[in-house]
Amino acid sequence: MSAAADKWFWPQAALVALFFCAPAFGLGPYWLEVLNQIGLYALLALSLNIILGHAGMFHMGHAAFFAVGAYTTGILYTSYGWPILCTLPLAGLAAGIFALLVAAPIIHLRGDYLLVVTIGIVEIVRIALVNNIFGLTGGANGLVGIARPVIFGFKLTRPWHFFYLIWGFTAVSLLLFHWLENSRFGRALNYIREDPVAAEGIGVNTTRYKLMAFVIGAVWAGFAGTFYASQMRTISPGSFNFWESVVLFTIVILGGSGNQKGVLLGAFLVVGLPELFRSLQSSRLLFFGAALVLMMIFRPQGLLPPKGRAYRLPPEVAR
Amino acid sequence: MIILSLNNLTKSFGGLVAVAGVSFEVERGEVVGLIGPNGAGKTTVFNLITGALRPDDGHIFFDGHSLERLKPHRIVYLGLARTFQTIRLFPQLPVLENVLSGSHCRMKSSFISSLLRLPAQRREEKAALVAAMRELEFVGLADAWRAEAGSLSYGDQRRLEIARALATEPKLIVLDEPAGGMNDQETFELRDLIARIKDRDITIILIEHDMSFVMKVCNKIVVMENGVLIARGRPEQIQKDPRVIEAYLGVDD
Repeated sequence: MSAAADKWFWPQAALVALFFCAPAFGLGPYWLEVLNQIGLYALLALSLNIILGHAGMFHMGHAAFFAVGAYTTGILYTSYGWPILCTLPLAGLAAGIFALLVAAPIIHLRGDYLLVVTIGIVEIVRIALVNNIFGLTGGANGLVGIARPVIFGFKLTRPWHFFYLIWGFTAVSLLLFHWLENSRFGRALNYIREDPVAAEGIGVNTTRYKLMAFVIGAVWAGFAGTFYASQMRTISPGSFNFWESVVLFTIVILGGSGNQKGVLLGAFLVVGLPELFRSLQSSRLLFFGAALVLMMIFRPQGLLPPKGRAYRLPPEVAR
Repeated sequence: MIILSLNNLTKSFGGLVAVAGVSFEVERGEVVGLIGPNGAGKTTVFNLITGALRPDDGHIFFDGHSLERLKPHRIVYLGLARTFQTIRLFPQLPVLENVLSGSHCRMKSSFISSLLRLPAQRREEKAALVAAMRELEFVGLADAWRAEAGSLSYGDQRRLEIARALATEPKLIVLDEPAGGMNDQETFELRDLIARIKDRDITIILIEHDMSFVMKVCNKIVVMENGVLIARGRPEQIQKDPRVIEAYLGVDD
């Protein structure tokens, strides 16, 4: 860790601690709900960051994996009576397997070609859900009456319960992803983003790593789906449309693709700011669009571009 | 002992036959120069050996393995590394991470151990850092380990590419115009570097246009012209070979 990073460690830790005290400061249920929504988007955007930010694959279909996770939880509860939190691993697994199946044939596509196909995936999933696929998804109305999660007999009902569930899970995910990014896995994705031909030519199995990025991103989107389903208690195909994918894509690009802090900031700005400017109502999307255009002109690398990994050289080779 | 053998290797692009039935062998420990006029098919041969292209016909055997159906990363794993004619580093990444890209195929940490940062993963990561720094010391770039690869001088970028290839722990290394864009001093140092790579029991094949360089560093030379192998032998034989002189200088009518 460099001296500059040390200097900012304690202020950041204090900020995080303060944030986790938010429910104790008399923040009303409305604003807690907003924070929960930001947390959910942050979790989704962090998982998209692996695919889009680190591996550099233009994937605009993340809502599809989110939907698979949410519906897995919904179906397991409504049709089979599983406890909500027991569906969490299966929601991730289902989304991961789905990602593996749909990404395998398209993984060789580059840039905008991949983008177009992934948009197609979201639409296919949404339409399949509307058409009540397998007779399990409830058609256009979706699934209703999904239960609240129960942890050791404690039923999570109030917004601040969900605040700790969602943000606690997001915090753990941040740590795991941080480790992952600082490993040979994370580096391999960066090599692929920088130059796929050179990466393959120097011994990186590019196809395998691209697929793994897709799968791991999808697994976490599936986890987010579980939280969403049990928080909303009702899920319908309309919640997993193309627009959701665009929002997630925007969070990553705007915040700084490849940087966790940037993605968090992006989630707060893209999801939180419109709530602050609710009074502007119809024109807020206009401001949102204008802000994005200005960003792309003046700071295309995002608000917080990645700083690069910090390496501490072992003493025998220290410089 | 033969480490690499090309057997009747053929590749065409549309109507153009870039490589037509090329066969030659490389002994372990040799430094082989592949030379010929522009467009002779030298780089295509390299791309076939390293798996970047698939041959239309013919066979490539490397250290007991048949290569012509393998993807490039498998070939690297078997111990055959390369550098590129047009430098292909990861210019935005630091010098150190460029070398670590070569170490990648020798590292074993699984996805799960990376996600959970298990002790074995941390040990391996540390060992990889040491190995990568040793390669940087070997090519003389250790002090630049933090710099962005793209900010290095042309000659340094060539040396970094060599360090990256060495980090894959190759048995054979193919260098595509290693002296390209280097000044006289850098070329002189490159000769020394190649000698030291040879001392590590790594076989070398290189493409180079600088004839005095090729004649000094190589102990065997293979000459191509228009996709066909026209001569092979020791440097002093090649210099006297009438077909080679004709290919390079043309012939009096």
